[in-house]
Amino acid sequence: MFDAFLRILALTLKELLAVLKEPRSRNSLLIPPMLQCLIFGYAATYDLNDVPYAVLDHDRSAASHDLLAHLDGSGVFRRIANLNRAADIKTAIDERRALLIIQIDQDFERRLLSGLPVAVQMIADGRNSNTAGTAMGYVGAIVEAFNADWRAVHAQASPPIRVAVRAWYNPNLETRWNMIPGLIGTLTMMQTLLLAAMSVAREREQGTFDQLLVTPFRPVEIMAGKALPAMLIGMVQATTILLVAQLWFHIPFAGSFVTLYAGLSVFLLAAVGIGLLVSSVAATMQQAMLFSFVLVMPFTLLAGLTTPISSIPRALQYFTLVNPLRYAIDITQRVYLEGAGLSRLLPDLWPLAVLAAVSLAAAAWMFRHRLT
Amino acid sequence: MMPITPQTSPNGMMPVIPQTSPIGRAPVKRIWALVRKEAYQMVRDPSSIAIGVVLPVLLILLFGYGLSLDVWHVPVAIVLEDPSPDTRELAARFQLSPYFDVQLLPAMPLARELMLARKVDAIVRIRPDFARHLSHGDAEVQLLIHGTDANHARIVQSYVQGAVGQWAAQRAAEGHEVATGPVSLRERLWFNETYESRYFLVPGLIVLIMTLIGAFLTAMVMAREWERGTLEALFVTPVRVDEILLGKTIPYFAMGMVGLVLCVLASKFLFHVPLRGSVWVLAGVSALYLLVALGIGLLISAALKSQFVASQVTLLVTFMPAFMLSGFLFDLRSMPAPVRLITYVLPARYYVALLQTVFLAGDLWSVVLPNAAVLAGMAAVLLLLTRGVTRKKLA
Repeated sequence: MFDAFLRILALTLKELLAVLKEPRSRNSLLIPPMLQCLIFGYAATYDLNDVPYAVLDHDRSAASHDLLAHLDGSGVFRRIANLNRAADIKTAIDERRALLIIQIDQDFERRLLSGLPVAVQMIADGRNSNTAGTAMGYVGAIVEAFNADWRAVHAQASPPIRVAVRAWYNPNLETRWNMIPGLIGTLTMMQTLLLAAMSVAREREQGTFDQLLVTPFRPVEIMAGKALPAMLIGMVQATTILLVAQLWFHIPFAGSFVTLYAGLSVFLLAAVGIGLLVSSVAATMQQAMLFSFVLVMPFTLLAGLTTPISSIPRALQYFTLVNPLRYAIDITQRVYLEGAGLSRLLPDLWPLAVLAAVSLAAAAWMFRHRLT
Repeated sequence: MMPITPQTSPNGMMPVIPQTSPIGRAPVKRIWALVRKEAYQMVRDPSSIAIGVVLPVLLILLFGYGLSLDVWHVPVAIVLEDPSPDTRELAARFQLSPYFDVQLLPAMPLARELMLARKVDAIVRIRPDFARHLSHGDAEVQLLIHGTDANHARIVQSYVQGAVGQWAAQRAAEGHEVATGPVSLRERLWFNETYESRYFLVPGLIVLIMTLIGAFLTAMVMAREWERGTLEALFVTPVRVDEILLGKTIPYFAMGMVGLVLCVLASKFLFHVPLRGSVWVLAGVSALYLLVALGIGLLISAALKSQFVASQVTLLVTFMPAFMLSGFLFDLRSMPAPVRLITYVLPARYYVALLQTVFLAGDLWSVVLPNAAVLAGMAAVLLLLTRGVTRKKLA
């Protein structure tokens, strides 16, 4: 037992050395996650803070100016032009100079003053309909604020029904609060899986795997010796990203770090297991890279980080059940925002444990039964 | 053409044997030989055919169906603390809507449990005194949303507000006194009237897929030759560096274009994304982008000379940036200035703008020409850089 432990330790050390001794590969493991977290932390947000818009104001009255002042004063909308003709709308949108066009009719103020309902037309560039939809939602809220002001000044009745909104866990609905915790799993998985997948493929391509097989190592020990270093590196990467999230972005952390790390270890075990399984199937490094990529891409995109899992068609949702990242993102987000404890994370933890067990067992079996 | 005198290669390393065959034809023949060699290698190792042809189809099917920001069947708990005809009618609005899957509950504690377990995404609470307040004209519907996925939460919020607003409008039409406005918005979404998120996601996916297959096809090839020492074998042949690079680029370019055609066919016939521009513009800008992607792969591979490091670097500089920083999902204008500067260096940014425009808006030359010019420039720079890095010199 103790011998086995020593052997695994020796292999782990050798494996870590192989990755870390070369400055290029050392740097490629630590610096990118940090940079990526910084850059994507800023980039990955659905919140808008700069919406260029143009105005076609046929009324040019005090009321229309007041409405536009509400827009300009929001800090989000930036007026790039006052259009004169309807024909200008097309060029402003086509050339992507404006995301929105606000069109105000001639009788805007007159109708307002006489208490008649008025419609303001808004045209949006739908080439990215999500961005456009968000921007239009912002305009809607600003128009509501204008209405409330107008009713207060002109003593009109307020609408009979209001919807009072309160969001749990993320009161201002900031995308960054769920994106950055989600990045911990996403960025870590990509490199850990690839690292595990390449480690055996490299030995195979260089012919050293056969040498390893004639040593007293048992296949299980070889597996452990390959899995441990990849997990360790994954942990260091996850910690790096966590530090950026905490110290740079100041994302509020409601849960406990023990829970988070417990969840991450199970996740990394599953990711490494899948990597090793890829490695045991691939004959060359190119194949290993290709296979892991074919897995990493759907894992990343269909994990519920950028588009919700509930929007995926039922049949494809079953596929996400074998996606370790899906559970990892859920775990990090819930620990971060909801402060969830281990018992509430069980629905995420047991599938990860099953994934890890199955993939590692399958990889071990493949190693034993394949000698090419 | 040059006179037949002994020449030296650009770095002066080794004399190049004077050509004896007709000079103009020789390079073509040599390139052709290299292309054939590369093609044989591709056919014998099915993994690169898999990258070029199977992967794009697989990815476009998987993500074309899988990626969507359209929200349907949101699980919602409606807590009716005041069961009256009015409130039942309001609840029925939610029950009949395809956007919600409603659970009607009599009290809050149970709804809270469901929300904690994330069985529902939102709670619509109608308080006991709703009917009385409604007659006074100041009723309130409380909406509690699970905010963990902020974007989703915002969409749910707008749906709920929409449903309540429609109910109010219907009451107004039935003669109840209701004041809306005074100002209301009439929205129109150009190029995508029905808010299909697929319309912009599928062109974006093509960008991702082309980035991947382009860079991955070539990321390993030069490094592999370095690692196996076969590049040294090529050095002693009369083949020039340019010719080696061309010999590597041409077959992979051809394969990448096959992948592109498959993707475009899928987006047109499976996902029904309108193609409002011309096929030729689409093919032209895509060819440019494919050259850029191949160039990135070649450059990484030639500069790093190690398959392992090349694979890591390719992963880092292609997939995630094309996903996060290209304007495919996230609005570029809302990024802080330093991050936005980075996006200008990324070719994916220009290709996303091109594809979204060519697919949804048509051949708008004011968008197509500048973006295509940038891509052409990038392709030229990358191929020149690769040529500079690949010397006929031992490391």
